[in-house]
Amino acid sequence: MSFLTVAFAALFYAATLLLVVGLARRIRLYWKTPAPLKIPTTPAPTTTGGVVLRMFREVVFFESLFKGAKWTWLFGWIFHMALFAVLFRHLRYFQEPVWGIVAWTSPLIKYLAFAMIIGLLGLLGRRIFVDRVRYISAPSDYLMLFLLLGIGVSGALTTFVAHTDVVAVKSFFRHLMTFNFATMPNLPSDPLMIVHLGLVALLMIVFPISKLLHVPGVFFSPTRNQVDNPREQRHIVEWARKLEQ
Amino acid sequence: MAKAEFEIPELKEYPEIPPIQPGSMAHSKPFVAKNPDFMEPLGYPAELVDNWQEKAIEHMGDLLGKYRSLQVFLDACVKCGACTDKCHYYLGTQDPKNMPVARQDLLRKVYRRYFTFAGKYFPKLVGATDLTQEVLEDWYSYFHQCSQCRRCSVFCPYGIDTAEISMAAREIMDRIGLGQKYCNEIIGKVFKVGNNLGLPEPALADTLEGLEEDVLDDTGVEVKYPLDQKGAEILLVTPSADFFAEPHVDGLIGYGKVFHEAGVSWTLSSKASEAANFGMFIGSYENMRRISLRIREAALELGVKRIIFGECGHAWRVAYSFLNTLAGPFDFLDPNYPVPQHILEFTWGEIQKGTLKLDKSANDHMVVTFHDSCNVARATRMGDEPGGQFTIPRNVIKAVCNNFVDMDPDTIHEKTFCCGGGGGLLTDDLMELRVKGAKPRMEALKNVIEEHGVTNMAAICAICKSQFTKVLPYYGMGMDMIVSVHQLVSEAIVLTGQDTGDDDEQEDSTEDAA
Repeated sequence: MSFLTVAFAALFYAATLLLVVGLARRIRLYWKTPAPLKIPTTPAPTTTGGVVLRMFREVVFFESLFKGAKWTWLFGWIFHMALFAVLFRHLRYFQEPVWGIVAWTSPLIKYLAFAMIIGLLGLLGRRIFVDRVRYISAPSDYLMLFLLLGIGVSGALTTFVAHTDVVAVKSFFRHLMTFNFATMPNLPSDPLMIVHLGLVALLMIVFPISKLLHVPGVFFSPTRNQVDNPREQRHIVEWARKLEQ
Repeated sequence: MAKAEFEIPELKEYPEIPPIQPGSMAHSKPFVAKNPDFMEPLGYPAELVDNWQEKAIEHMGDLLGKYRSLQVFLDACVKCGACTDKCHYYLGTQDPKNMPVARQDLLRKVYRRYFTFAGKYFPKLVGATDLTQEVLEDWYSYFHQCSQCRRCSVFCPYGIDTAEISMAAREIMDRIGLGQKYCNEIIGKVFKVGNNLGLPEPALADTLEGLEEDVLDDTGVEVKYPLDQKGAEILLVTPSADFFAEPHVDGLIGYGKVFHEAGVSWTLSSKASEAANFGMFIGSYENMRRISLRIREAALELGVKRIIFGECGHAWRVAYSFLNTLAGPFDFLDPNYPVPQHILEFTWGEIQKGTLKLDKSANDHMVVTFHDSCNVARATRMGDEPGGQFTIPRNVIKAVCNNFVDMDPDTIHEKTFCCGGGGGLLTDDLMELRVKGAKPRMEALKNVIEEHGVTNMAAICAICKSQFTKVLPYYGMGMDMIVSVHQLVSEAIVLTGQDTGDDDEQEDSTEDAA
């Protein structure tokens, strides 16, 4: 096996471990931290079903953002939805056999890479040109956009411009997934693919220690996930109950 | 116009998002609670402790473990900027640290430095900083430029509520001995005397007696304003401003008339003679709970069956959203009614039942608009349906008033703008902030004055009423424009047996009220 292959095998194991463990620990922290008071932003649903629906609208349509900032919503929503679609398409590089739906939609979804890039450029433009957003941006906010742009552009290039030996790449990941090192093929030393995979691994590593925590965070946001029923049902957490003794 | 030592924002026909002016409000700081009497009764050190830095981080860690909101909100922000033009203090002052995200970042950058991997090892990259004297000064200044109105949380894709961050920051500052005089002195008065204004029982009794005389003179009907009456059905808890301030007191007169016509017995309590709960403003669960428990004790001592709150914004938040948590369970009260109820829920119920005889024409000299108070709008509900907090007050106004107009839809309901004086900022040492923060509301009000001839703005919050009374003149509008909703009710209500001067129609209605 080439050095590159070994290095990337190690990198992806480490990145996956950090992503999974880091995220699990964070989710556990959010789960364990009590919410002592009822603070849904009202008007809020009065039933659990209503809350599920509110969360669905929030996560799928970015409802609050739509109310707040139309351009950011447009670019943000395009980026996220395109990203999910493109991720879905990537299943084909890990499955054997590939699901029908994945294979069938693949030729169409690949063009969404451009939507993803356009969305990211829009978000970057806003960060640079709107004085208020520029003021609140830290270097990491720009770097995160560059990282995602790097992933999107390098990925699109391998798909549309300089094809890589994707069969070999897939085989590499299939072997990684099954811990089968004996017959593992070498990763093609295609610079574009190296950049693409390297950036993806970096994204996985920074995920649990960056603002990407908005992904689990939104589900734990008390202003969005609480039922508006404080008069009907007494809400009290453990540390607050101790004050009553 | 009132005189001012600062520039009063110009009101525009269409709201504009102004460019940022860094540092323009850095000088705004409320008086510090220097008197130990304002700190110690609340459980805080009398003055800034020596190792304040270390202690502040320790307390931040404590709050992070106690409040999921704080933990999630500090992590989840992506700096998308959706909130940057939503805060009335930003719109009025242009200070970028009054943008909700930037205000949060004052705390978040310290959180990152001490509690996150990225902030510990790559502080510059993620904008993390040590807790320095300078940062603490920024905290004191800008966390007292947030009225905890939650407008930002409506538009945030993760529901991040800057109020939660401000509350946590104020709690941390209090715990290291850096408290705000206004809030803490008031809380002290509640503990000592029973209400924010420090009105003792005899003064209350005297005031209420005066009100009874006034109503008798006006109407010829003996309407009672009882105090500490054991066995009454309803305990009314209302902000103490209702006992003497204008236009608040006209609201209190209205509550009494509604109860009278509904034929229910009710009482105020000298022990719980205050609906306000400034414990919320300083983010202190313990103080908020202690203040709330007075209401439970009063209800038990007086043996009432229901608790109703008067017109007050943040008080209704603490009552509606938190009272059951802080001072419940209220299983000793009548289970047929929600605990607590808002006076508007009660009045609207009576209007629907037809127990009130209303003469809308009594308010014909007014064209009324309604200011949704931030805490009522975005942190509570009235009635059974979501959004009842918007419809019920308007329904009541429309039932007692022929001319009603709403302001710009972007400035009402859950998008309402704060009056500029909420969240523990209703103090003269923050006058510049209050005037500038009122700008978006003043703008919307001015537009309906010009387009629809609005003469009065009704409100259901003691702080809003006081703030507008003070701030309206700065913008060239009359301080008496602001009215209580129950003042309108009071004007329109025709009491049973009232000598109206012209007893023509309406003979048939609701004689069976009592």
